[in-house]
Amino acid sequence: MTGDLRQADALMTLEGLTKAYPGVVANDQVSFSLLPGEVHALLGENGAGKSTLVKMIYGLVKPDAGQMTLKGETFTPVNPAAARAAGVAMVFQHFSLFDALSVAENIALGMDNPPTPRELSARIREVSQAYGLPLDPERTVGDLSAGERQRVEIIRCLLQNPKLLIMDEPTSVLTPQEVEILFETLRKLTDEGTAILYISHKLEEIRSLCEHATILRHGVVVDTCDPREKSARELAEMMVGDTLHVPSREHWEPGDEALSLEGVSMTSPNEFGVNLRNVSLSVRKGEVLGIGGVAGNGQDELLAVLSGEARASAGAIKLSGDEINTLPPNARRTRGLLTAPEERLGHSAAPEMSLTENALLTGAVRENLVERGFLRWGKAESFARRIIEAFDVRTPGTENAAGSLSGGNLQKFVIGREVLQDPDVLVVNQPTWGVDAAAAASIRQSLLDLAHKGAAVIVISQDLDELMEIADRFTALNEGRVANPVPTQNLSVEEIGLMMGGGEGEVAA
Amino acid sequence: MDLGQINPILLLASLMVAATPILLAAIGEAVVEKSGVLNLGVEGMMITGAVVGFAIGVNTQTPALGFVAAAVAGAALSMLFGLLVLYLKSNQVATGLGLTLFGLGLSALIGKPYEGIKAPTMAKWDIPLLSDIPVLGPILFKHDPMVYVSLIIVAATWYVLTKTRAGLILRGVGENHDAAHALGYKVNRVRLIAIAFGGACAGLGGAYISLVRVPQWVEGMTAGAGWIALAIVVFASWRPWRVLLGAYLFGGITVLQLNLQAAGVALPVEVLAMSPYVVTILVLVGISFKGNHGAPGSLGRSFHATH
Amino acid sequence: MIRLEKRPQPSKLWATMTPVLAVIATMIAGGIMFWMLGKDPFEAIRTIFWDPLFHETFGPYSRPQLLVKAAPLILIAIGLSLGFRAGIWNIGAEGQYIMGAICGAAVGLAFYPSESILLFPAMVLAGAIGGWAWAMIPGFLKVKFGTNEILVSLMLVYVAENLLASVSQGLLKNPDGMGFPGSRNFRDFPAAYNTDIIEGTGMHWGVAAAFIAVILAYILLTRHMLGFQVRLAGEAPRAARFAGVNPTRLVLFCLGTSGALAGLAGLFEVSGPSGQVTIDFNSGYGFTAIIVAFLGRLHPVGILLAGLLMALTYIGGELAQLMLGLPGAAIQMFQGMLMFFLLAMDMLTHYRLRLKRPVAAQ
Repeated sequence: MTGDLRQADALMTLEGLTKAYPGVVANDQVSFSLLPGEVHALLGENGAGKSTLVKMIYGLVKPDAGQMTLKGETFTPVNPAAARAAGVAMVFQHFSLFDALSVAENIALGMDNPPTPRELSARIREVSQAYGLPLDPERTVGDLSAGERQRVEIIRCLLQNPKLLIMDEPTSVLTPQEVEILFETLRKLTDEGTAILYISHKLEEIRSLCEHATILRHGVVVDTCDPREKSARELAEMMVGDTLHVPSREHWEPGDEALSLEGVSMTSPNEFGVNLRNVSLSVRKGEVLGIGGVAGNGQDELLAVLSGEARASAGAIKLSGDEINTLPPNARRTRGLLTAPEERLGHSAAPEMSLTENALLTGAVRENLVERGFLRWGKAESFARRIIEAFDVRTPGTENAAGSLSGGNLQKFVIGREVLQDPDVLVVNQPTWGVDAAAAASIRQSLLDLAHKGAAVIVISQDLDELMEIADRFTALNEGRVANPVPTQNLSVEEIGLMMGGGEGEVAA
Repeated sequence: MDLGQINPILLLASLMVAATPILLAAIGEAVVEKSGVLNLGVEGMMITGAVVGFAIGVNTQTPALGFVAAAVAGAALSMLFGLLVLYLKSNQVATGLGLTLFGLGLSALIGKPYEGIKAPTMAKWDIPLLSDIPVLGPILFKHDPMVYVSLIIVAATWYVLTKTRAGLILRGVGENHDAAHALGYKVNRVRLIAIAFGGACAGLGGAYISLVRVPQWVEGMTAGAGWIALAIVVFASWRPWRVLLGAYLFGGITVLQLNLQAAGVALPVEVLAMSPYVVTILVLVGISFKGNHGAPGSLGRSFHATH
Repeated sequence: MIRLEKRPQPSKLWATMTPVLAVIATMIAGGIMFWMLGKDPFEAIRTIFWDPLFHETFGPYSRPQLLVKAAPLILIAIGLSLGFRAGIWNIGAEGQYIMGAICGAAVGLAFYPSESILLFPAMVLAGAIGGWAWAMIPGFLKVKFGTNEILVSLMLVYVAENLLASVSQGLLKNPDGMGFPGSRNFRDFPAAYNTDIIEGTGMHWGVAAAFIAVILAYILLTRHMLGFQVRLAGEAPRAARFAGVNPTRLVLFCLGTSGALAGLAGLFEVSGPSGQVTIDFNSGYGFTAIIVAFLGRLHPVGILLAGLLMALTYIGGELAQLMLGLPGAAIQMFQGMLMFFLLAMDMLTHYRLRLKRPVAAQ
């Protein structure tokens, strides 16, 4: 790569950008440049410093050191408005949307000089048609699907004719079909000369979309390449730095039915949640059932109805043949059904409480940590210590608050807490979301080991690679419905996409 | 007992007077809550406004100056709350309660020398022509200026919240402060302004009680009006015109029970006196029965920018 | 520029230090206020905080008063602290206090002039039930309809005050009182009088109840599953549901307990120090107890100390009123300031102050 040439034509250059937070250097001397009309990938694991870097470009974070230029001029955005005025737009990973406001209002909030509401609505329709992203300006954002919500963000950016569009993990919430639509939109944009800085850790996507990639590891640029010329494996190794431990899986003949749902429906307790509709599935002993699907299609609700936090309004949930729908969470634990929700901070764990107290949180019944209402702190602490040791949780001790642990360590603690209780059925939601690769591999391995010991495991995950790797059978959640589970072997991407998109009937094996 | 002596026209006219303090406090609090902050200190700001407004009104013999001073005092007190919850991240519920307790003490201290004094009278503004309309004239157009001011504030609040960019930003901040921050809006600054507005309105409402409605200073005279204003915000689903409706409904109940007391209805005085509070509870139950829709998404949550 | 940085876990040191700092800051700010009122600040502070305990003339009278005033504050605050920890905001303790007093006193007065030793225990029970029932109204409405307990419990204070006005001039009025409002005086009704357990110490049955409440609350919060659930529900409500905490039962438990304790406090007050049901026998303990609960960091032992301190400001305030002509409202404001300083300094427990560094060090 001829660096000088890139420098000369560059739309934007970054030179020695550094940003440190207490205890961690998020970005260390990061330099690269972006050409007009280029899709440039920023590749790295969680915590590699990608988000901090783009926040500096977008004016949300001030660099401690280093310079940026835009179109040859020094670029020091003091706030996002300044960045937008200079032609930099951003689509956030966690959408910066306002649920109770309309599409038009949401878009107006992202613009610095919005036209009158009437003009704005007209322009939204116009631009959304032009880029193949249909959107009704009057609808309330909270009622939109994840894909539609992302359109709001994108159109918000497009209305300002950006020179540079930053996209932070844009496809994590999309179905494969929606990803294709997004990519077409992005290609249209690059044809018009807009540069795109594309953050992702999905390697296949980057290989198909990007012409240039900068790879970050621990806040440092470790490599650059043309991703079209590399294999996914090569990219992964650049990103991770050493070879990955791939979970081992022996073929295993599943046993009797452990848990079944028959026509389960539930109204979501959240105003903007998704209702479960006539969900039927079953999982057998020794089997891992993978449930894919885009976020916000009923994953939280499915977990809640299994954990006992919510009750199904119709249908039957049977654990080893016994109806358990009316049982509260602890009664289900007693009978061997354990769960681990997605949100670590505040749902599966209480962040301000100690690890001992967090061990007690679900372990009270099965580990006998309570005697006639009184707590056995000694036993609770030794249970916490067992989890820490068995699952290699990095922490100074059991007295530390759960919130002080890194995401990966806390997730290992949460999964470990359930696995060590020796469940008959374990249901986990997004077990490796936001977790570093090493911790993710060890969590997957522990789920496989649990199944190998004869437990039934349900893994709800957005990460299709993960499900293909560990699940015996696969299904997907789409607007609160599930398709008939099919064996993962020989399952094609098209079939998966159909199941995630709701055209399930035909796929059933 | 003689229900015949209750004059419906006077009743409706005094309804507007009875409702004005609560209306002012509630419209201010509605804006504060729309920005995502729950300020339970309305009662404390009202009573402080009542005593400061009264003191200045008496000393200058100009009620208008009293109202200005009350608004300033309410806003100043609310800034104390804003400082604590926005910048020192204190719990909003506890801080609001603290503000009420503090305001009650402060007002008692300031008000001691003013007990038993009569407030300067405030001239009524009879709107020309309109006030001559039979029935409607005396009900709607023969009031003191603050009644009209309160209605203008409601209309202006509605206009700003729904029709202007400032209002859109305020709603955005209240709906999702993390998103507003990510888009570059100054969450705490927007909220501080909203809190100051809420404080000024509560101060005005308090001063209306001590300068017009009663009109004199009595310790603890707001008697829960601030809390009722909070209930009305919930009742109104955070919408300005429904705040007006709620406040006037409540004013109606208050005036009616006072009239019934005066008419010597065969109900104990205490039962009539407690009726506004009981009705408030019933209304709250009715509202929650339908589900609290329309509450701002970030209401009551503390905001701490993580980067 | 100073910025706040969230601590990975709350600092235990600062959690104990902040109430002390808040008291000192309040003394300074209060001193300034007294000075502005034209009083000698040092003398005022000494009169409030020192003389009630150690003055040779007033001390012997004031010291027993300390327990008398602290007991209801501690009883109520212990109950409130459970709810506050769980995120359930009962701020109508004043109403529950009044209803406890009315119910308990009514039982006693109904049996006048009985001499049964069972009478006083029956009154205690009735007092607790009265407060409990009054708190169950917001509790029931919250679990049944999701009605906001803050507003309902507060509205019920005004309802209770009107009921009090009604019964003290009607139902419970002393038939031998020559038309004066107020009930019979319990001092003249030994079987129903809340007497000093040890003569002259101020140590009446309510004080004993307050100490017992402190001990039980301590055990509950540190050793019992229910206490763990209370804390969990406050720290992370979703995690609490996940852990199997039944939110309905928790709301009813917290509101019921705080109501019962407030009712007890009311009964002990009306049948002892106050002596009779009058239209204004209540003196805002239900509200001051909110400050006590926070000043005590919602911790039973902290509440015990905070209750004694707050009682001291009451007695010292009266003394300062008498000796220095300090307005009574100044003390109320003083207490309000204490709450503010405490909340402001609370930040130090959860956040660290940091000076923004211009350039990061590697």
